Amino acid sequence: MTKQGSSGGNNLDPWYDHYADRTAGLSASEVRALFAVASRPEVVSLAGGMPFVSALPAERINDTLDRVMRDRGSVALQYGSGQGDPRLREQILEVMALEGIRASADDVVVTTGSQHALELITKLFINPGDVVIAEGPSYVTAMVVFRSFQAQIEHADMDEFGLIPEALRQKIANMNAAGKKIKFLYTIPTFSNPAGVTLTWERRLEILEICRANDILVLEDNPYGLLYFDAPPPHAMRSVDEDGVVYLGTFSKTLAPGFRVGWALAPHAIREKLILANEAAVLSPSSFSQLVISDYLATSDWRGQIDTFRGVYRERRDALLHALDDYLPDLDWTVPNGGFYVWLTLPDRLDSKAMLPRAVTELVAYTPGTAFYADGSGKNKIRLSFCYPTPDFIREGVRRLTKVINGELELLDTFAGTGQLDSIRQDVKFSSPPPNIN
Amino acid sequence: MTDTTPRTIVVLAGGLSHERDVSLRSGRRVADSLSQHGIEVIMRDPDATLIEFLEATRPDVVWPVLHGASGEDGSLKNILDFLGIPFVGSRADATRLAWDKPTAKVIVGRAGVSTPHSIALPRDTFRELGANAVLDVISRELPVPVVVKPAKGGSAQGVGLVDSVDELPRAMVAAYTYSEVSLIEQKITGTEVAVSIIDTGDGPVALPAIEIEPISGVYSFEARYTAGETRFYAPARIDEAAAERAAAMAITAHTALGLRHISRIDMIIDAAGTPWFLEASVMPGLTETSLFPLALEAAGHDVGWVYSALAEAAIRESLA
Repeated sequence: MTKQGSSGGNNLDPWYDHYADRTAGLSASEVRALFAVASRPEVVSLAGGMPFVSALPAERINDTLDRVMRDRGSVALQYGSGQGDPRLREQILEVMALEGIRASADDVVVTTGSQHALELITKLFINPGDVVIAEGPSYVTAMVVFRSFQAQIEHADMDEFGLIPEALRQKIANMNAAGKKIKFLYTIPTFSNPAGVTLTWERRLEILEICRANDILVLEDNPYGLLYFDAPPPHAMRSVDEDGVVYLGTFSKTLAPGFRVGWALAPHAIREKLILANEAAVLSPSSFSQLVISDYLATSDWRGQIDTFRGVYRERRDALLHALDDYLPDLDWTVPNGGFYVWLTLPDRLDSKAMLPRAVTELVAYTPGTAFYADGSGKNKIRLSFCYPTPDFIREGVRRLTKVINGELELLDTFAGTGQLDSIRQDVKFSSPPPNIN
Repeated sequence: MTDTTPRTIVVLAGGLSHERDVSLRSGRRVADSLSQHGIEVIMRDPDATLIEFLEATRPDVVWPVLHGASGEDGSLKNILDFLGIPFVGSRADATRLAWDKPTAKVIVGRAGVSTPHSIALPRDTFRELGANAVLDVISRELPVPVVVKPAKGGSAQGVGLVDSVDELPRAMVAAYTYSEVSLIEQKITGTEVAVSIIDTGDGPVALPAIEIEPISGVYSFEARYTAGETRFYAPARIDEAAAERAAAMAITAHTALGLRHISRIDMIIDAAGTPWFLEASVMPGLTETSLFPLALEAAGHDVGWVYSALAEAAIRESLA
């Protein structure tokens, strides 16, 4: 420990040498700090993946809260089961049935949001240096978890039909040749975050087969599957593979993230360890939140509410796509049939992370593409979220973004021919995700 | 209690600048220190309701702990002046001059202080005269290493250390992403030091110089706001004569720029012990890893007492 005024100076953190190796990279970040502005109402934030909870029936939620406290208050305020409330686990089966999953409530473990399930699964499986294969691009905060357990993250490419089976095969072969141990494939097959694309049914079957043949567990993360805009997406991968898939679900998008309730559906042996890990981490998930959600599911038209959400998000997706058509017709972007995100490709020479200060000046926020890769790729990509701002705001946001892009292109044109123009900023790894990025 | 004792202080923090996050952290520290000193503190993010709020509440003092535009460009202080509400920190005109780094260098240089050779260029200059030609002139007149920084702004945002001419264009691009004008400055080799100034009414006083030694070698945003990433020496490991020169230079710069109450003067002390002025901060960072609170602590001051005394000075001056 170093004290103020000693000959060794003062680094303001007497525990600096005590941190675990896995915390390397957990530092302040210029990019992360820039996101602070996104919380101001003047800023159009196309960055965060915050569900539009104002579309929920507030009175009905209030009724539910009152009923839970009146009828089951002593249970709601008490510790509960490490596996989760039995009635809620039964109800979760009804939710998953909408995506073709048949399962036993015994195999459901309720967690503190599916993010926590992700952490628990990673804790159960990953030793330092083990490989996790993820789509490229992949969910930033999943990669933060993998990295915190010192996993080696390897990306397999995706296209507009989702993860490319041949790319997965090649990646597995490369890892095997390098003597690496691949522990699982992490995938968001439906309305992926950030790309917004959906894995076709044929590819789902092929990828399951590839993973089965190579003893690779599939971690299927499905937060957005019920939020489709047109035709329903293919059934979940778990619907055809009970033994090789751990499925993660959540109420954060179909109800509200404030409850922090998600779940894992796992094969029996994994489930047993998952319950013990859950108890070690939190003793039990929130009884209060579970009972509120359970009551809501039992007394409300929750399917109708999901339909309401679909309508809200469809309108916003359309607003974003129309604005992109009008303002940035020369660029490419994905067209999601559900979920929260559009993945925008900028001209090659632009670096979306380096451009972020200009965006803050213009009062628009987005998430730079590099956040979604473990290997520094994605410089000319941007994730645009359409879930939270109103359609008018979305259009205004794209107008501002267009100004930002044009300003940056003009700047690069000015310095064209002077040499290497890559950003000089440190390659900030998203060891901590930007705020409200999920 | 005298008439100048502050009872209610509005701390303004946040804003719309690139440094919003730093400002919020600074503001909370100031608010906590003042509260612990028994003063009622209201924290506000300056927004469209602020003027109405200030007119309705008429606080004894406003402390704009704002970094970046609106806080450090003087505009908000102009408004406070028009509202007749005392505030902590430099007046609008001085703030505006000091916040513009090239202007501050000129003013401080005219006061006899050494400041690194530099050039300030709006990005249009590169467009009009051709980037290659301009870069060629720069690299001949200002051999590397140089430091490229946005003309306005703080927290090392957009700042780049250029060790090779090849790196200059991308450093320029990074700086222009933050500001329309960039400053290219000769890098002076020496000890990086910050001298904080306080003036509670009896004239500016220099606090002990703090020496900055970032582990990475560069006092970047990350090094500034991650505890453990920079080693601070208070007092700085410089001889007594150099320390006196640094203190005198800081006061000269503070005075020449017309600053008031609080400032931080950043400098490099070269091998000969000469302090070189780099820039002045009119509202220095006041976070848990910032230099100003460290300097107060090194001087044996109670932070809450000093912040309260600065507020009192603001009230007293408004009555004069």
